[in-house]
Amino acid sequence: MYNENISKEHLEYIRKQNIKKTAIRVCQCLLLIMFFVLWEAAANLRWIDPFIMSQPTRVLKTVASMTSDGSIFTHTGITVLETIIGFLSGTILGTLIAIVLWWSDFTSKVLDPYLVVLNALPKTALGPIILVWIGGTTGSIIVMALLVSIVVTILNVYLAFESVDEDKIKLLTTLGAKKPQILTKVILPANVPAIISVLKVNVGLSLVGVIVGEFLVSKAGLGYLIIYGGQVFKMDLVMTSVLILAVVAALMYLSVNWLEKKLTKMR
Amino acid sequence: MEKVVEIKNVSMNYHTMQGETQAIRNLSLDIKNGEFVSIVGPSGCGKSTLLSLISGILRPTSGSILVDGEPVTGPSGNVGYMLQKDHLFEWRTILKNATLGLEIHKKLNKESLAHVEHLLDEYGLADFKHHYPKQLSGGMRQRAALIRTLATNPDILLLDEPYSALDYQTRLAISEEIWLIIRKEKKTAILVTHDIAEAVAASDRVIVLTGRPAEVKNIHEISLTCDTRTPILCREAPEFRRYFNDIWKELDIHVQ
Repeated sequence: MYNENISKEHLEYIRKQNIKKTAIRVCQCLLLIMFFVLWEAAANLRWIDPFIMSQPTRVLKTVASMTSDGSIFTHTGITVLETIIGFLSGTILGTLIAIVLWWSDFTSKVLDPYLVVLNALPKTALGPIILVWIGGTTGSIIVMALLVSIVVTILNVYLAFESVDEDKIKLLTTLGAKKPQILTKVILPANVPAIISVLKVNVGLSLVGVIVGEFLVSKAGLGYLIIYGGQVFKMDLVMTSVLILAVVAALMYLSVNWLEKKLTKMR
Repeated sequence: MEKVVEIKNVSMNYHTMQGETQAIRNLSLDIKNGEFVSIVGPSGCGKSTLLSLISGILRPTSGSILVDGEPVTGPSGNVGYMLQKDHLFEWRTILKNATLGLEIHKKLNKESLAHVEHLLDEYGLADFKHHYPKQLSGGMRQRAALIRTLATNPDILLLDEPYSALDYQTRLAISEEIWLIIRKEKKTAILVTHDIAEAVAASDRVIVLTGRPAEVKNIHEISLTCDTRTPILCREAPEFRRYFNDIWKELDIHVQ
């Protein structure tokens, strides 16, 4: 939209806002560049021991060699896949259980103290038990990811279901709706944003579960590379894996963010 | 005129752990076909409870309610209910909102859809069928809510302070609009309100209830001398003030 009557004052305001935005971006990039430059320099000048702390050029070399033998893709792919299965199943199962709790007030009251305790319990403590019960397989890792995210999902989604405006439900009742219709016509559609925001939290939580799972199972994945690298003192491998993990986590978060924007555009 | 709603000796008690509250005591009332009736009473006197009983979403403790001669056993498509706010679902388009009742009754077909589209066209929402509620003004939203209620083709409309969430000017304009639509569609309407002027201006009869537990205190047959019978124009009628004052006195409201 072009407006000829934009005042000088307004143009000045827009210019200032744009300068501020650019300045923020530039500083963000500089901070990252400075971090790597400093790290590299510190290692070269022997302020730090590159054998223990690694350094960006060594990380790059590791990335290059892992790319040429393809192992970078295998391990990253496995971690990403496990995480996706973990957070999708955690969100779906958690939502289904939340529906059961919403449906039956009695059940939700009975289970309430158990959910509170399970929520407080650090789920990673269950890792060794799962490893023994299920075995050193991908299954254990996915169950770990599921466990970390499911209780939070149940509690948050149930809370969201319960906070739907009573009058919206009354409206449906006056139109003759029964419980299944109240669920499908108002409770679920009204809570699409709530479920997506749970999904966002679950991406991070499942990643925690997957990495802990890979530490324990120790077969493949970025978590395995980190624990293996640590044990054999290949710090380049550890640092590389952690950096890849940071990128992967950010990318997964951004895709859920994108999904959220897409699904809630009309609201 | 035939009676469409018969309320016979109805009482309603609410139970909580803190105790029992009697909301309505032995109330009897008939509503005739095509009438516009308003119910006024002190706040919290059980006016809304009465509407919930007529609509069938609540069952009376004792007494009976007949709609079209049949006892009320639950919500039916024959009675439409309008709540205080429009409660249009923000994730549905206006057309989808308007067909909600039909979907629930599993009566959404070509004819019923055509009927809803016709209502939307008729009442100025033709260009907004595929818009989302937040793109509409307050008045349009209220009209869309009325069409959602009219979609199942009810004979009786229950209006539970339907304009109270709006500012005063919008409210006058919308109550006029809604009133004209209800008359045009030849519906029986029962309006619960705390606004005496609104009740007198819109109604054929105004029923005054006592404080809780609600009983009928008095019934006013409203007859206003004005050329065109619409709520806004009839506020000018010479009798308007008299009705207003009589009802005000009966409500017996003391400001502490």
